[in-house]
Amino acid sequence: MPNASRFERLPTRSLDPTTVYVEGQAIKIDRHDTAAAAVLAAGLVPSRSTPASGSQRAPYCLMGACFECLLVIDGVANQQGCMVRIQEGMQIHRQVGARDIHEPPQEVTP
Amino acid sequence: MTQPTMQGTRTADVCLIGGGLVGLAVALGLQRNGLRVAVLDEGDVALRASRGNFGLVWVQGKGDTLPKYADITRLSARLWPAFATQLQDTTGIDVQLQQRGGLYLCLTEQELEARDRMLAKMRDAADGDYPYETLDLQQVREKIPEIGDTVAGATWCPEDGHVNPLLLLRALTERFKALGGTIENAGRVQQIAPLSSGFKLHAPNGDWTCKRVVLAAGLGNRELAPQVGLAAPLSPNRGQVLVGERVRPFLEYPTGHVRQTGEGTVQVGDSKEDVGFDSGTTTEVMAKIAQRAIRLFPLLRDVKLVRAWGALRVMTPDGYPIYQASSQCPGAYLVTCHSGVTLAAFHEGPLADWIAGDRDDASMEVFHAERFTL
Repeated sequence: MPNASRFERLPTRSLDPTTVYVEGQAIKIDRHDTAAAAVLAAGLVPSRSTPASGSQRAPYCLMGACFECLLVIDGVANQQGCMVRIQEGMQIHRQVGARDIHEPPQEVTP
Repeated sequence: MTQPTMQGTRTADVCLIGGGLVGLAVALGLQRNGLRVAVLDEGDVALRASRGNFGLVWVQGKGDTLPKYADITRLSARLWPAFATQLQDTTGIDVQLQQRGGLYLCLTEQELEARDRMLAKMRDAADGDYPYETLDLQQVREKIPEIGDTVAGATWCPEDGHVNPLLLLRALTERFKALGGTIENAGRVQQIAPLSSGFKLHAPNGDWTCKRVVLAAGLGNRELAPQVGLAAPLSPNRGQVLVGERVRPFLEYPTGHVRQTGEGTVQVGDSKEDVGFDSGTTTEVMAKIAQRAIRLFPLLRDVKLVRAWGALRVMTPDGYPIYQASSQCPGAYLVTCHSGVTLAAFHEGPLADWIAGDRDDASMEVFHAERFTL
């Protein structure tokens, strides 16, 4: 990933490495982490653009309040990344602008 | 929250009680007429219909039993474009006015037929000058391809539209202040005392004297109006509104129950509940609103809700406004309605001119509160 992440993991617990894909790139993180944490660990900052002005945003509050961490997770748009626990093989993509509800949700790619 | 403070008596040409959409629109029109206006707003504890409404600039069906109300509704819709342009030019705020027409969607043939009959009657009352069409499902689909299969049809009126009501409230407030107006978080005005000339108002944050007083306090008018020889038999009627996540544009026209804002937010609403002064939300009603929305627009099925609220409409017994000058206390006016968005341009224009001109207008008599007692 192009951005150097300031999201440093402290050695506070044992890791249970799990692979997820952030914009197609495999990254191993703890299975207790969230999709927003995966994005920060991968350095995908900014991770979305806003519907109204297109300005660039990234995970912020990490507790479900600010909605800045919206992501496309396994084909489902506008997910609050900080509220979604990662799973093996999860596909995480940027949320670009508003969600398009015309399109049916994409199939989960393993 | 406002804090009580002791201040000397202040003065204005007009004290206008109520800093919502109705009050501020009238206040702007009074300023345009050269009057010094102080808006006395209760504060954050107020019920604030202006912050909970749906944002329609709506014409079709309004005034089916009172042609003069249909007239002022359509007049306001015609005045709206210039009003919105003026607000944008002077405040830089785009209130997102769109008047490309609107649809009232019906789920049953009976409902559609009843609306068609009502609008046909209104067209007759307007000597044919009342534009609307009754559309079957196929015709609705031409305007909104995403319409649900179980919709019977819709009535379409090219004069309908919508606006962002929160941006409108902000634009009115900024314009009013830029023109030198005072908005005072006055607390609830407790007493209006008629003087030999003018009025003295007693509020927790200080007293005011003024030549004229305009009551635009929504449901609060019930207690204020009798103090100046007027009656405001108003009751609250709750509407709950659901707000969905922002999605790409799918709905080009507002409908009576669902609209999409300029930023893509999906707004769904229109419950009518008699629950007193409770402005809360209930799961049961929210579920009904959501189910109806999904029948109208099946593609909303997976849209996430991000907010919901309740707000209280300000309703007279017949649903029409009260516009009335007090004969007992000259200089006191009552302005109350439940369509503060649609009528904002009318309130800023002809209605404010009527108050500023301080003259009788026989055409306003149909809006007097005596109609409820005669």
